[in-house]
Amino acid sequence: MQQGGNKMSHDAFDRRTTDWYIDKLMQSLVFIGGISAIIFIIGIFVFITMEGMDFVISRLDPVEFFTSEYWFPSDEDDPEFGILALIAGTASVTGLAMLVAIPFALGAAIYVGEFATGKTREYLKVLVELLAAIPSVVWGFIGLSIMNPLIIDVFDVPVGLNILNAGIILGLMAAPIMASIAEDALKAVPDGYREAAEAMGATRWQVIFKVVLPAAKNGLLGAVLLGVGRGFGETMAVLMATGHSVNMPDSIFDSVRALTATIAAELGETAVGSDHYGVLFTIGIFLFLITFLINLTADLIVRGVRKG
Amino acid sequence: MNTTAENVSTQIEHAIHTRSLNLWYGTFQALFDVNLDIKQGIITSLIGPSGCGKSTFLRSVNRINERLGYVRTEGLIEVMGQNVYDENVELVQVRKQVGMVFQRPNPLPISIRDNIIFGHRLHTEGRKPSISEQDDIIEAALRKVLLWDKVKDRLNSKATELSLEEQQKLCIARLLPVKPSVLLMDEPCSALDPKGTEAVEELIWDLRGEYTILIVTHNMAQARRASEECIFMLMGKVIEHTATEAMFVTPEHKETADYIEGRYG
Repeated sequence: MQQGGNKMSHDAFDRRTTDWYIDKLMQSLVFIGGISAIIFIIGIFVFITMEGMDFVISRLDPVEFFTSEYWFPSDEDDPEFGILALIAGTASVTGLAMLVAIPFALGAAIYVGEFATGKTREYLKVLVELLAAIPSVVWGFIGLSIMNPLIIDVFDVPVGLNILNAGIILGLMAAPIMASIAEDALKAVPDGYREAAEAMGATRWQVIFKVVLPAAKNGLLGAVLLGVGRGFGETMAVLMATGHSVNMPDSIFDSVRALTATIAAELGETAVGSDHYGVLFTIGIFLFLITFLINLTADLIVRGVRKG
Repeated sequence: MNTTAENVSTQIEHAIHTRSLNLWYGTFQALFDVNLDIKQGIITSLIGPSGCGKSTFLRSVNRINERLGYVRTEGLIEVMGQNVYDENVELVQVRKQVGMVFQRPNPLPISIRDNIIFGHRLHTEGRKPSISEQDDIIEAALRKVLLWDKVKDRLNSKATELSLEEQQKLCIARLLPVKPSVLLMDEPCSALDPKGTEAVEELIWDLRGEYTILIVTHNMAQARRASEECIFMLMGKVIEHTATEAMFVTPEHKETADYIEGRYG
């Protein structure tokens, strides 16, 4: 008995068991999974840069690119590559979308986070997340078939596919995800603050307005920025609801065209390596940089909240 | 109505008066028939082992318990002669009358200045007090808690940047401009180091007379040195309520004696 025990304890300290190998294997697998996001994002950036770089270096006139409102990329004699109208389209739709989404998202977040209790709260949270999962083409379809005639009817305008339509659709699309993040921000506010304010005699509304919202303002700003990022990047719904015509908008009833939708609609028709192909990738680079910047800022702001 | 209440309150002997107070968290009963008369203008401490209901009792006096949502209360609690659980009671008015200090100092994440004036603003209707009036209020409150000299040059910095001891003093100071008659303190020193504890205890001692102070503590030495009357609770029931000195020298009940001598809890 004793000898057996001794033998056991004589195992060398550097003996590697199957468990040790499994542990190492799993560690490396998880590591690969973890850094794959970085690899993919770099890969994507390298790809669109390579495809677009040729055009950027040899043909691009940055002044024309950003300040001309004429987008005739496939004109054989004198192509024009101005994306100002496209930027205006994307910006106006996103701007209106935020006007629609912010009150909805904030209201939903405050209700779910501060007022709803028990079952109601759980159901609402699930529903909000479900809403975020509706495919964008379905939203686009709603824009085409419901919003379009509705806008024509209500506002007595000839075309219902315009900034208003796309703004509302995009706002409704962005609201759930914004509400979800905004609610996280409200939840991150220590309960001690609420308790302190209530014990001093603040009403529910005063607690929210004077204590919770100010304390959560960075997280809320982050939520809005992520919504903006979503707006810039959204393609299908915007393609379907804006009317997709290159146009410097004067009013919300004008049809516009978005940067993303342009790529989606035109890339299939261009010859690989042509100027048109190159300029579309240049737009891709531009979009990538903008959404990357917006998301990064949002993330930094939200993180700042968690630390502070 | 208001004037009679105020007239009554000046003559009242007991700042807090409870009769057959029973309280449940869901189906769990946390308080059993609590009958207490807490004298006005003195410091009363509440002691007892964890889970004995002392914090629960404290938190039912200003009804902050109700935040939990699953609390049911029966019986009577009168603060300065008015039933806190009356149907017509406005919580805001109860909490104006009854200030509370929590276990963890919880200044709001705003400036020192705004923290002090926060409660005052909630309770002043109509005309906003002018800046100089506010300054006076803030200075008076901070002087009262001996914090003025330390923070007078940085009233606009965040209150959450202060040390824990200073934060807790601030949390006491912010109650004063509202002019409450009762201060509830839920283990106000348990997050502080010995030096901070001493300072805050001294401050509380100085506030007696002007305010009725009810203080929950785990620390028997603190109850002994910092309170005039003492209530011992066990399993949701009040076992003994006498002058602090008497309780620690000649406890009437065996349970009290056992607890004080450290046989449990």
